[in-house]
Amino acid sequence: MDLMQLTAVELGKKIKNKEVTVKECVEAALAQMDAVEGQIHSFVTIDREGALKKAEEVQAKIDAGELTGPLAGVPVAIKDNMCTEGLLTTCSSKILYNFVPTYTSEAVLNLEKAGAVIIGKTNMDEFAMGSTTETSAFGPTKNPWNTDHVPGGSSGGSCTAVAAEEVPYALGSDTGGSIRQPSSFCGVVGIKPTYGTVSRYGLIAYGSSLDQIGPVAKDVTDCATILEAIASYDPKDSTSVQREEYDFTSALVDDVKGLRIGIPRDYFGEGLDEEVKAAVLGAAKVLEEKGAIVEEFDLSLVEYAIPAYYVIASAEASSNLARFDGVKYGYRTEEYEGLHNMYKKSRSEGFGLEVKRRIMLGSFVLSSGYYDAYYLKALRTKALIKQAFDKAFEKYDVILGPAAPTTAPKLGDSLSDPIKMYLGDIYTISVNLAGLPGLSMPCGIDSKGLPIGVQMIGDCFKEKNIIRAAYAFEQTRTYQRPAMAEKGAE
Amino acid sequence: MANVISDETIEYVGILAKLELSEEEKEQAKKDMGSMLDYIDKLNELDTSRVEPMSHVFPVHNVFREDVVVNGDTREKILANAPKEKDGSFVVPKTVE
Amino acid sequence: MAKQYETVIGLEVHVELATKTKIFCSCSTEFGGAPNTHTCPVCTGMPGSLPVLNKQVVEYAIAVGLATNCSITQYCKFDRKNYFYPDNPQNYQISQLYLPICRNGGVEIETESGGKKIVGIHEIHMEEDAGKLIHDEWEDASLVDFNRSGVPLIEIVSEPDMRSADEVIAYLEKLRMIIQYLGASDCKLQEGSMRADVNLSIREVGAEAFGTRTEMKNLNSFKAIARAIEGEKERQIDLLEAGKAVVQETRRWDDNKETSYAMRSKEDAQDYRYFPEPDLVPIIISDEWIEEIRSRQPELRTEKLERYKAEYDIPQYDAEIITSHKKLADIFEATVALGKKPKEVSNWLMVETMRLLKEHDMEPSDLTFAPENLAKLIGLIEAGAINRTTAKEVFEKVFAENVDPEIYVEENGLKIEADDGALKGIIEGIVAANPQSVADYKAGKKKAIGFLVGQTMKAMKGKADPGTVNKMLTEILNS
Repeated sequence: MDLMQLTAVELGKKIKNKEVTVKECVEAALAQMDAVEGQIHSFVTIDREGALKKAEEVQAKIDAGELTGPLAGVPVAIKDNMCTEGLLTTCSSKILYNFVPTYTSEAVLNLEKAGAVIIGKTNMDEFAMGSTTETSAFGPTKNPWNTDHVPGGSSGGSCTAVAAEEVPYALGSDTGGSIRQPSSFCGVVGIKPTYGTVSRYGLIAYGSSLDQIGPVAKDVTDCATILEAIASYDPKDSTSVQREEYDFTSALVDDVKGLRIGIPRDYFGEGLDEEVKAAVLGAAKVLEEKGAIVEEFDLSLVEYAIPAYYVIASAEASSNLARFDGVKYGYRTEEYEGLHNMYKKSRSEGFGLEVKRRIMLGSFVLSSGYYDAYYLKALRTKALIKQAFDKAFEKYDVILGPAAPTTAPKLGDSLSDPIKMYLGDIYTISVNLAGLPGLSMPCGIDSKGLPIGVQMIGDCFKEKNIIRAAYAFEQTRTYQRPAMAEKGAE
Repeated sequence: MANVISDETIEYVGILAKLELSEEEKEQAKKDMGSMLDYIDKLNELDTSRVEPMSHVFPVHNVFREDVVVNGDTREKILANAPKEKDGSFVVPKTVE
Repeated sequence: MAKQYETVIGLEVHVELATKTKIFCSCSTEFGGAPNTHTCPVCTGMPGSLPVLNKQVVEYAIAVGLATNCSITQYCKFDRKNYFYPDNPQNYQISQLYLPICRNGGVEIETESGGKKIVGIHEIHMEEDAGKLIHDEWEDASLVDFNRSGVPLIEIVSEPDMRSADEVIAYLEKLRMIIQYLGASDCKLQEGSMRADVNLSIREVGAEAFGTRTEMKNLNSFKAIARAIEGEKERQIDLLEAGKAVVQETRRWDDNKETSYAMRSKEDAQDYRYFPEPDLVPIIISDEWIEEIRSRQPELRTEKLERYKAEYDIPQYDAEIITSHKKLADIFEATVALGKKPKEVSNWLMVETMRLLKEHDMEPSDLTFAPENLAKLIGLIEAGAINRTTAKEVFEKVFAENVDPEIYVEENGLKIEADDGALKGIIEGIVAANPQSVADYKAGKKKAIGFLVGQTMKAMKGKADPGTVNKMLTEILNS
């Protein structure tokens, strides 16, 4: 399907120019899904009927001149932790196996206002807890580049749907790297915006002080366009920030002359795969050749980010997930004796192992006697990490490094050693702790044929810097797609 | 392993979190928690005495709402996903007062 | 010689604030309503919902803090209190632990036994109310109604400064008066808009350390509170005398059985794992904001009482009753402003109004009649259009239906017959018809005139002024 090889913005233009109808786009997406879903399992729910119906409505509005934006009529996939009215929303968990929200997340509403056609909900690590999409209660998602490998997580399904060209773009969420890491494993572009940029209303919370929704697409132009559509100040979200500017696409300029890029030495030590290192440093070189000023520096505190993150995220998660108790919605165990038994059985049967692990850890670190030593300590560490970044951004506009220490691991390799899995988040996690914007994009393929991603981190509210750097770098490359996307194309 | 998690701790945490683990799961949970806490103990290497705990990453304050009724009767929607409901209320096992 | 024990009491009082909407969402706080008809995703803990703070709640909390002499915590936050219970939709309650909005205040109370003293207020914080659980009679189940979930509360935590049930009642009455005066809540114990939990311990007189305390809940009236205090005091003394220890626990008071029993706590670890609420941002309360609220504060009871005595020249007793509730005071001032004599107005409020309130089991906040109508009623009496007996009947109508007395009197023909000539005729007739009473009167039994007045009033169908009748009768009899 030629259509599915286009970017969202390109598809939007074709729709606008009446070269193709919205219905044809949706049908093309559905056809690609039919071709590859069996191999990769990106989706929890595919809303065939709903999408086709919506296509008619959107087409009518486009024809009437009511929808004129760049994404009007373009199909999109939404990670299954964002509520969509009337459409099953599960967080890839058994405990929400039958939950149909009666309201839609603000970010998705923004997309609908822009004329998006939601085609389905993508698979994820259960409640966004994981880095491989293997903790999904509905089966793992597989990497379209090599289906023996994971796609990364927790927004695995969103990234594979884009990489395998089932949809031109998707929404993911990022709490510790959940957009950026799978984007790098799948060879696509993903952005986690500054905390507070995209409303969290309707996003089923994992780590409230860390979660953000962001775009996943095949190029930087798409991501900037989507971000412009979904970012908004939302009075329903008290942590929503009223930004001064939302015109992210104005940064799509191929000019990095004088842009100061810092490369943390601490990111390039032990544990980093050699090929990844080479590709990432290669990207820095390219930018330097284009006029950027590239310099190494010491970021410090890198190794403390992960324990601090896990304390904070688990603590918040243990509280955020308390509402899943079989009373108001979701799974309720069939046989129970009394209230507390119902709670325990519903939750123990409904949640998977990784979720239970983190809830227990979170409950522990908040419990009486441990709160100061663990939780408050982690919050102090977070303050220090923010300070370290603030200091770095006095000297640099962009901090550049790997998105992950390796390329995609094999299925089944990660879950047995949770600590090792957590260590994989080393480059992405501190960005969430400090609330900064981060972008991941392809910068190479390793000898196993798996994509390598480079991460660009900006100062808070400075998405434009990383978009500009990413766009400039992208101009020196051609987009590479997995064979599955070529194969699926007729 | 410096952090040895006892059975009592796992039971206690289970009560707090309303989670019931099987015997095997408990053993695994003890190991997992122990190693996670060992890893978290790394934070003790850091001198954090001169900094306050930071909950919110940006200095946003005073986000308020006016005292105006906007929501109407949405009972049907609220009960739409209820596992068990009766006469407009959610049904739960009898709570003991 | 028996040991002398001292009872040490502290109170945690929850007050439902009189805002129109809930604390974190725009649902109505209106009382009643079919189950779950005042709900939304936020107050029912739906996935993805987020809280947004109602500004009016903060203002009421600050107002109560200022009126109780607290210092305002100018940088304050919310925290989550985590525990599982079906009336708690998120299984955490958003409250304030680490930085409550008000701290270190106190109110003055006065009791017969203890005289005047200050009861310290440790802190006041904002939090959300839980839903309601109703037991299903047919099934072994409970029904959850979230209408009340999210209704704003302030919790007022006192220091353990009280030593008797009297002091506790005095403290509660003082708090209630202050909060009602501010309009922050109607503070009705029976309706649950004010709830008191009693923390009680005992120690030997002269001891410095506190004994182990218990917490008592389910106290729905002042009488129940008093009984519970006595009961728990006895229970704890008995334990100590028997050489046993008092267990720190929460006890539920059963006022019917006049006893308390420990609430089951096996499944509840009581470890609330408080941590700062990440979904809400901190509140910074500027000096200007505090001053603005302070300046809007209505005159409080003590000042009003003094002012009434001075400005309206009414006695202490009257002033105390009229200022006991802001609604009464407001009606008083408005009616006086319409040109009516203060003492007359205050009599109507103290006597008839209070009587009718008691009869109908109502509170002053339930009064609905307009001061204009009370003024008109008094006007009719002053003009001699109706007598006091009729006036009382008319007032009942004003009280119940807020009728316009002038219209009502007109429509029902209640006016005193103004025709003296007709009255004289009637009186002469009564005198003629009752020679025995006339003889008694002339023989020196002055009181016999009362019977004749009564007969005259009857003949006039009440539409006469007893004073005028008496005067006329006296003249006729003496002539």
